[in-house]
Amino acid sequence: MQAKHLITSRRTFIAGLASAGGLVMAGCSETLPPTYGNVLRMGDDLTYGAQRLLLPAGSLAKEYARSEISSILAIGTTDPADSRQPAYNASAGESYDRLRGTGFSDWRLSIEGHVARPRSYSLADLKRFPARTQITKHTCEEGWSAIAEWTGVPLRRVLEAAGILPTARFVNFFPYDNYADGIDMFDALHPQTILAYGMNGRDLPVAHGAPLRLRVERQLGYKSVKFIQRIVVTDKFDDLGKVGDIQNGWSWYAGI
Amino acid sequence: MVEVTIAGLAGDKAGLSDATGAATLGGVRNLGDHGAVRIGHAIWVRISHWILAASVVTLAVSGFVVLMAHPRLYWGSVGNDLTPALIELPISRNFQHGGWAPSVPFFAGSNSPVSAVRVFDIFNQNGWARSLHFLAAWFLVATATLYVIVGAMTGHIRRSLLPSTDELRPQLMWHDLLGHLRLQIQSTASGPPYGLLQKCTYTAVVFLALPLAILTGLAMSPAVNAAYPLLQAVWGGSQSARTIHFFTFSALMFFLLIHVLMVIMSGFRRHLRAMTLGK
Repeated sequence: MQAKHLITSRRTFIAGLASAGGLVMAGCSETLPPTYGNVLRMGDDLTYGAQRLLLPAGSLAKEYARSEISSILAIGTTDPADSRQPAYNASAGESYDRLRGTGFSDWRLSIEGHVARPRSYSLADLKRFPARTQITKHTCEEGWSAIAEWTGVPLRRVLEAAGILPTARFVNFFPYDNYADGIDMFDALHPQTILAYGMNGRDLPVAHGAPLRLRVERQLGYKSVKFIQRIVVTDKFDDLGKVGDIQNGWSWYAGI
Repeated sequence: MVEVTIAGLAGDKAGLSDATGAATLGGVRNLGDHGAVRIGHAIWVRISHWILAASVVTLAVSGFVVLMAHPRLYWGSVGNDLTPALIELPISRNFQHGGWAPSVPFFAGSNSPVSAVRVFDIFNQNGWARSLHFLAAWFLVATATLYVIVGAMTGHIRRSLLPSTDELRPQLMWHDLLGHLRLQIQSTASGPPYGLLQKCTYTAVVFLALPLAILTGLAMSPAVNAAYPLLQAVWGGSQSARTIHFFTFSALMFFLLIHVLMVIMSGFRRHLRAMTLGK
């Protein structure tokens, strides 16, 4: 029965093409990120539509050798339990502090929304999935870049285990701070899109998003949400309100 | 307005600087194949000129604001505050800010890569600056592409922009350069035929600087790089591309400065009329 709900890559690709086509057809598709009449956000949508239409869907980001791993900055939220940090959320921050105290043994990731079987996973559960390790370049919107090794479970595996419904279009990630972000199915099902629990051969450090962070290798660094606690699959675009990119003045799509 | 003839070069074809047209044709241009006599610029040249001008200025301003967020340039694939910079620019409070928690090594050994938490509130206006940059880039790419297509089809590029092989002689180039350096710039009519140095400059802008800016810009995009790995590899990495991108735009800004100076010195009102009203 599980296979019934699984979405094949070809179907996803065709659905993606259809939605990309919708993007360029006067924005009539509800899958288009809203612009609120902002000309800059219209430009962002043009870039999104053009890249989805013109760039090959399955292209892989370059992977590097272990000797090429570089130093890397930790920016944004570097400790969700630190009340001085700009995106601090009191209740989530306190939960985070408690979970960290026990080495994240009580931490659980929940998968919700347009999936056949909503469920939650412990860190140990996630580590039982076949792991993927990739040495990739993190490109920050600020202008810097760094190479690191990331180990985790492909997001696709986790979503397929929950049964992606055919109506699924976007995947949103909610962390332990006042921030959230999402990606479309193109990036969600990409083989290099992983939920990483390891970095440079060790457990993911707190400053880099412990216990679990996203890696979206074909977009800028800020799309790789740190400190994930909840994943929600949706059938239409959600700007995620005051904690999302768009209402904070940032491009939702960051492939450029 | 500087009204100096190029002494010693009168009657010499080497004197084909900005001055020639006015003297020989009295401001009237024979548009070659079309046989039409017109002053100033064709309508598609005028439109594309101003869209490109607005795009380039917008790209320069927004690009500068983006650079202010991280005013360090590198060579290679990677570069950040924890790796050596090629150049550091004192253009925002982020310059050598030093707001870092003690760094933590990833591996054993003294030369291990490290991680450090930033504890400094940096200047960062990239939310609008990046989006504005890419919006202007769309206008630039679309307009420049159309310009080159129409320019090739009408023969404008071949006839008016590219220097002829006869002209491309070091001696002629040298004479024209000296003339410009001595500010021996005559009041001229507007539009082609252009002077030798002028042709070379416009050709370099259209066929060298703008393509270089576009390609090095694309070589910073993670999605484009995944699709076309060669794009970042040819520059030696995306940080090299970023550095080349910066210097290409610096060169374009230098061109803009000289271009505006030359327009002012050789008949500002007339040139402006020619590039707006076309007469």
